[in-house]
Amino acid sequence: MEQKKEKNKYSVIVPTYNERLNIALIVYLIFKHLREVDFEIIVVDDGSPDGTQEVVKQLQKLYGEDRILLRPRPKKLGLGTAYVHGLKHASGNFVVIMDADLSHHPKYLPSFIKKQLETDASIVTGTRYVKGGGVHGWNLMRKLTSRGANVLAQTLLWPGVSDLTGSFRLYRKSVLEDVISSCVSKGYVFQMEMIVRASRKGYHIEEVPITFVDRVFGSSKLGGSEIVEYLKGLAYLLVTT
Amino acid sequence: MKHVLKIFSLLVAISGLWIGLLQASIIPRSHTWLLPIYFIVSLGCYGLLMVGVGLMRFPTCPQEALLLQQDIAEAKYFLKQRGVDVDSE
Repeated sequence: MEQKKEKNKYSVIVPTYNERLNIALIVYLIFKHLREVDFEIIVVDDGSPDGTQEVVKQLQKLYGEDRILLRPRPKKLGLGTAYVHGLKHASGNFVVIMDADLSHHPKYLPSFIKKQLETDASIVTGTRYVKGGGVHGWNLMRKLTSRGANVLAQTLLWPGVSDLTGSFRLYRKSVLEDVISSCVSKGYVFQMEMIVRASRKGYHIEEVPITFVDRVFGSSKLGGSEIVEYLKGLAYLLVTT
Repeated sequence: MKHVLKIFSLLVAISGLWIGLLQASIIPRSHTWLLPIYFIVSLGCYGLLMVGVGLMRFPTCPQEALLLQQDIAEAKYFLKQRGVDVDSE
């Protein structure tokens, strides 16, 4: 039986805010690691005052406006809506979401694609917490809270994935559209809600190890209010999914 | 079924088991009354163990920071030559 070679196109959505330098680096690295792949990059910039959009236009001249789509918004409007906005302009049948600050390295993109092709999964999510993955730039306290939060979430939610708050993911486009329409949270709870809802809906989810280099040194993202937000998010997910 | 209902039914099943044990007197009553406490404490200990083990085995990747610096240098060089503004702000 002749194997039908699927023509897959990958739309990489990168939300940006003040990522003037990083967006250029990330575009270069995506092109470097996806040479044999049909893809487009969709930059959703929320009105960055640092000239991010000017740099994107320079990149468009270099790589082509059909490969780099600039779809900006007037101001900071949140991550979830950035994905929805990017989705509207995505012409691929698969969508990758990733951060613009180089904590997610494009060199893992081929492994996401390979995993999806091998398993026919609807979602491939990057995990930092398994062998082959990892984190750099976290102190002991940060690792402790991360691990504690993860154990709590695993115990309460049985999510079926090891890294709930990760935002480096490959989705089948139709699946992303379906899941995102039922999510209402903000911030990293939004990432958790997406993967938990997808799991509840029975979508086939696979994981690949990724490394995460935290370059925002010294910024304590974990004050008391963050922890409260997280617990509220967990309770919300426990009851509504 | 909503996830919270699954957990609820699990708790109901465990409670039923506990009440059954209370009535059947297989285990001395005094012990049976304390079973829920034992259960919760064990669950707590298990959780702490998981956190501790996970912390010890937390995967780190110091070499990735170095590799990233190399990638950044490579990217800057390439892009600068082709007219993309990569000077740090």
